[in-house]
Amino acid sequence: MNIFKKTIFSVLASLLIIGNVSAADKIKIGTEGAYPPWNSKDASGKLIGFEVELAWSLCRYMGRQCEIVEQDWDGMIPALIMRKFDAIMAGMSITAERQKAISFSQGYADEVAQLAVMKGSSLEGMDTPSGINLSLGGSDVKSALKTLTAALAGKTVCVQTATIHQNFLDSGDVGSVNVRTYKTQDEVNLDLTSGRCDAALAAAVAFTDYAEKSGKPVVLVGPTFSGGAFGNGVGVGIRQDDTELLKAFNKAIDKARKNGDISRIATKWFGFDASM
Amino acid sequence: MITSFPKLLSATVITLKLLSLSLFFGLFIGLLFAILRLNKNIFINKFAYGYSYVFRGTPLLVQIFIIYFGLGQIEYFRSTFLWVIFKEPYWCAIIAFALNTGAYTSEILRSAFQTIKPGFIEAGKSLGIPSKIIFYKIQIPIAIRQSLPAYGNEIILMLKGTSLASTVTLMDLTGVAKYIISTTFKPIEVFIVAGSIYLFITFVVHNIIKYLEKKYSY
Repeated sequence: MNIFKKTIFSVLASLLIIGNVSAADKIKIGTEGAYPPWNSKDASGKLIGFEVELAWSLCRYMGRQCEIVEQDWDGMIPALIMRKFDAIMAGMSITAERQKAISFSQGYADEVAQLAVMKGSSLEGMDTPSGINLSLGGSDVKSALKTLTAALAGKTVCVQTATIHQNFLDSGDVGSVNVRTYKTQDEVNLDLTSGRCDAALAAAVAFTDYAEKSGKPVVLVGPTFSGGAFGNGVGVGIRQDDTELLKAFNKAIDKARKNGDISRIATKWFGFDASM
Repeated sequence: MITSFPKLLSATVITLKLLSLSLFFGLFIGLLFAILRLNKNIFINKFAYGYSYVFRGTPLLVQIFIIYFGLGQIEYFRSTFLWVIFKEPYWCAIIAFALNTGAYTSEILRSAFQTIKPGFIEAGKSLGIPSKIIFYKIQIPIAIRQSLPAYGNEIILMLKGTSLASTVTLMDLTGVAKYIISTTFKPIEVFIVAGSIYLFITFVVHNIIKYLEKKYSY
């Protein structure tokens, strides 16, 4: 088995190089640039959105130089751990699962999730409360989940990969729906309009933003979701050993909140005050 | 690393299914277009050339996106019976892969046909064998033997190409690897395991082709 040995050696040799970028004093902030209005890109390719503007504001409060870099969503946490950047601001909700791998600052904004369908779908007009908080539980939540389970049985629900929305569908709270995962929210929107998805789940504002910009008849159905698998607001993701930076971000968020900066920027991008 | 192995192995089944079905359809497409390329009629000839030119000249990722996301956006297309097939990411991937590998295969076979020594065909003719039989019994077998090394290469390229199926929501080897990473945040370990599985399949394919080459050498 000489060939086999040779193959193994060449594989091992090729694995020895791993990049290690360390910024001396500039803080590098990673964002996705594909999840409006949280973060996106304008026609010229410049990063824009709530978090991009908030990031500049927080950097001013910290008195540090910053650089905002783009990173695909599904590699966001690995890229942080591998020091490609120092902080994540990408609409990332604070969840227990993610906290096993990274630390989070206090939350700076919160936004509910909701199902979306195309107008005329049989899922329209579901009889549920307007919003449920999974952390609270209770009979209201239980009966709403039951209604959803019955309505979604055998349906294909599309979500962006590695999101709280996928976690929720995988958790079995709404039975065993057929979950289809996509790399970006844009692709979820495309397949929702093409009819490959019976419904899609994401931040409610991601759908209203898409419906507004594309003119497609996308409508929100069912209750808004919060708590439980949906986490406790969106915060800055930071490496666990980077306690100094975590403190700095927490302080900056405190100041920005007190001065009304967060709610001002949030209102500008969301159309309502999503700050927390 | 160890816990992810069974999940990745079961995803390998989907990768192998994608590979074998695309190669199966691709071989037919390739053979058809190779024969069209050798046709004396200039229109047929140029049409076959155009097909292979377009599919070899554009990235497989672009092709799969056009077939999956692009066609799905055309409202008229969604009302046709074809939508039953194109609605499924599985068939979209296989169609894209088969068309792509078909283009390469047609080139491989064409060049193999053209390198057949005229003496073989002349020998057949002098024995009074009809040209149809010469084509099926002499030209095709020789062409297949001639194209084995290049075709083996194409199989390996296609195997790696199937990883793009994960971009249209299919849970193939790469798709599952990405999913595991999204919950464990350990890209290096999981991709090493996934990569080793690809490498092992390549190893097997490589040796089968080598065996066939030896067996059918003349």
